[in-house]
Amino acid sequence: MIGLEHFLIFSGTLFCIGLFGALAKRNAIAILMGLEIMLNSVNINLVAFSRYITTGDLTGQVFAIFVVAVAAAEVAVGLALIVAIYRNRMSVNVEDFDWLKW
Amino acid sequence: MIEFALHNAWLIPLLPAIAFTLIVLVFKPMPKVSAFIAITAILISFLLAISIGIGVIQAGDEFVEHPLKQVVTWFSMNGLEIEMGVQIDPTSAMMLFVVSLVASLVQIYSLGYMHGDPGFSRFFAYLSLFATSMLGLVIAPNLLQMFVFWELVGLCSYLLIGFWFFKYSAREAAKKAFITTRTGDFGLLLGILLLQINFGTLDLMELGSKIPHFTEYGLTAAGLTVIAAILFLGPIGKSGQFPLHVWLPDAMEGPTPVSALIHAATMVVAGVYLTGRTLILFKTVPGAMAFVAIMGAFTALFAASIAITQTEMKKILAYSTVSQLGYMMLALGAGSLTASMFHLMTHAFFKALMFLGAGSVLHAMHNDPDIWKYGGLKKYMPITYWTFLIGCLAIAGIFPFAGFFSKDLILEVVWANSGLSGHAHGPFQGLYSVLFVMAALTAMMTAFYMFRMFFLCFHGELRDKHAHPHESPFSMAMPLLVLGFLSVVGGWVGWPTLGEGQAFGYFVRLGEFEHGHWNFFLVGLSTVLALIGIAGASYIYLFRKVSHEELSKKWATPYKWSFNKFYIDEIYLWIIHNIIDGLGRFLWWVDLVIVDGIVDGVGKLATGLGSILRRVQTGKLQHYALILFAGVVILVIIMGFADNSLSVSLLGGAR
Repeated sequence: MIGLEHFLIFSGTLFCIGLFGALAKRNAIAILMGLEIMLNSVNINLVAFSRYITTGDLTGQVFAIFVVAVAAAEVAVGLALIVAIYRNRMSVNVEDFDWLKW
Repeated sequence: MIEFALHNAWLIPLLPAIAFTLIVLVFKPMPKVSAFIAITAILISFLLAISIGIGVIQAGDEFVEHPLKQVVTWFSMNGLEIEMGVQIDPTSAMMLFVVSLVASLVQIYSLGYMHGDPGFSRFFAYLSLFATSMLGLVIAPNLLQMFVFWELVGLCSYLLIGFWFFKYSAREAAKKAFITTRTGDFGLLLGILLLQINFGTLDLMELGSKIPHFTEYGLTAAGLTVIAAILFLGPIGKSGQFPLHVWLPDAMEGPTPVSALIHAATMVVAGVYLTGRTLILFKTVPGAMAFVAIMGAFTALFAASIAITQTEMKKILAYSTVSQLGYMMLALGAGSLTASMFHLMTHAFFKALMFLGAGSVLHAMHNDPDIWKYGGLKKYMPITYWTFLIGCLAIAGIFPFAGFFSKDLILEVVWANSGLSGHAHGPFQGLYSVLFVMAALTAMMTAFYMFRMFFLCFHGELRDKHAHPHESPFSMAMPLLVLGFLSVVGGWVGWPTLGEGQAFGYFVRLGEFEHGHWNFFLVGLSTVLALIGIAGASYIYLFRKVSHEELSKKWATPYKWSFNKFYIDEIYLWIIHNIIDGLGRFLWWVDLVIVDGIVDGVGKLATGLGSILRRVQTGKLQHYALILFAGVVILVIIMGFADNSLSVSLLGGAR
């Protein structure tokens, strides 16, 4: 029988994978992908809690759809930034991006 | 006029101050106008001083116990009120008279002496400033005002010694004078502060009534002795007492009128005057009295023994001044304000006379200071000759010249304190016996060195064949005549048989008036000693029965010590070069290594810390995100293990 804890373990694993990707990848697009994975793991959490704790109430699912919509917008902005940086620096490698300390 | 003067005594120092301001601001390019303003101002001050003197004498002894005081509040704080004003009593009236008289005469004399000097106006401006300061010091009713003017006269002394500032020696002498006296002033300031702290007042009258009851103010006799000794450091510096006398002979680098006014007649006696004003402090503790007496007697003998071998006229006179100042201090140390102030007055007359005479000689000899080049000046400069003779007789203490009376009075008061007289008691009578012998010896030496100089200058043949001496102009001869007259009659006010209402000692005194009388033993002794001195000088230098060169060879060691001023300057130089400079070098090292090390260390610490901490700031977003998540993880772990209340407070507190 698959219960809530399986979903939680799955989403936790997915979050860690996403976090690792976001922190360890050098390619900016890969980092954006890591972020998306983290968002999706949160979505799984929301849906799972909604399904098991507040059964019949669709709050969690609606919230997940909102997150997806916001994530789409965020990815659009993120990609635009990456394109802009690429045009300036001819690189998407975050190793080269240390201007925050200036 | 007398009423007006008594109640407007503040005008006396003010007038020269106005003259100073006018000369400096307006009339500096006009030398004659400057001199006219300065002399007019000081002459009016002199007239006022005479009026005050007459008023004080007319009032009898009213002012002795109850001086005429006019004060305004200078500044006040909680528990501290400092006043400024005028205190007229016989002592200050006498000083006003002496200072304004000598200042007037010296300014008139300077008309001739400084004629054609490029700094003519400046000279008169400084003289006026000096007159202001000295007169302000004299009338000061409290020690703070006195200290302010005390420093001002020190400044004027500095400015006037270094008047010919293009001369290296004058510049150095000015600095030496200022620094040496400042050394003593440090003690004076400390003493004044100690008096203020312990007695809560600086007013001379109040101090006079409070100090005898010093035990009520939590002081011991030893403590009061220490305060007196510290305070006395100021007079030691200013009045050229051993060991701070070194500046006074060097101060002769200034123009001769300055030497006469400042370094003989007025400023250097400020120390004596201050000690006289605070004499009650010294009188209360016998130890302090003995200290003053020892300093005075030793300085008198010491300076006289140097003066014997000097070869420059002004240097001899300078050491003679030091010696006579020692005499005045000795009189104070014997407890007699009368004797000290009396000698101060007569000394001002005859020493100013001799300095002005020396100036006249220097003027005639084109500023060649060596007395071995003079000789036979008698026939070229009769006025200078006769007035100088009066001065020498006065300082040697020959009847009836001024110095005779004052010097005798000093010998008498020391005699009365010594075990020799048979009337004295107390622990120090043996000491005063020694001091009496020293004073008597000094009297003989004074007569000797004065007449040595006198014979070398005015008798025999002119040794410098290129010189063309001539008598000085009237403006220079007139002050000589006035001072010569006063050097004859000035001592008569202290004629021993004068009684109440007439004698000098009736007015200028501390304590009860004592009737004077002729002490024929002392009079005989001092006259015989003076005559021995004069005879010795004439034997060697006038009749030349003995060659002075052979004498100096025979007594080579003492001669050398005396001629080199007992190497005091060399000792100071050694101390400064080795000890003070050594200390300086050590402190420089401390500054360089330790102090700078600490300061630099702080800077280096900040740089070092920065070079470590700056690695945290990589500028890479991923690192920041990693730290953020690490923080979240740590918080979660803490919340997992901690109890509920801590978790709540971590989350922002319960509402």
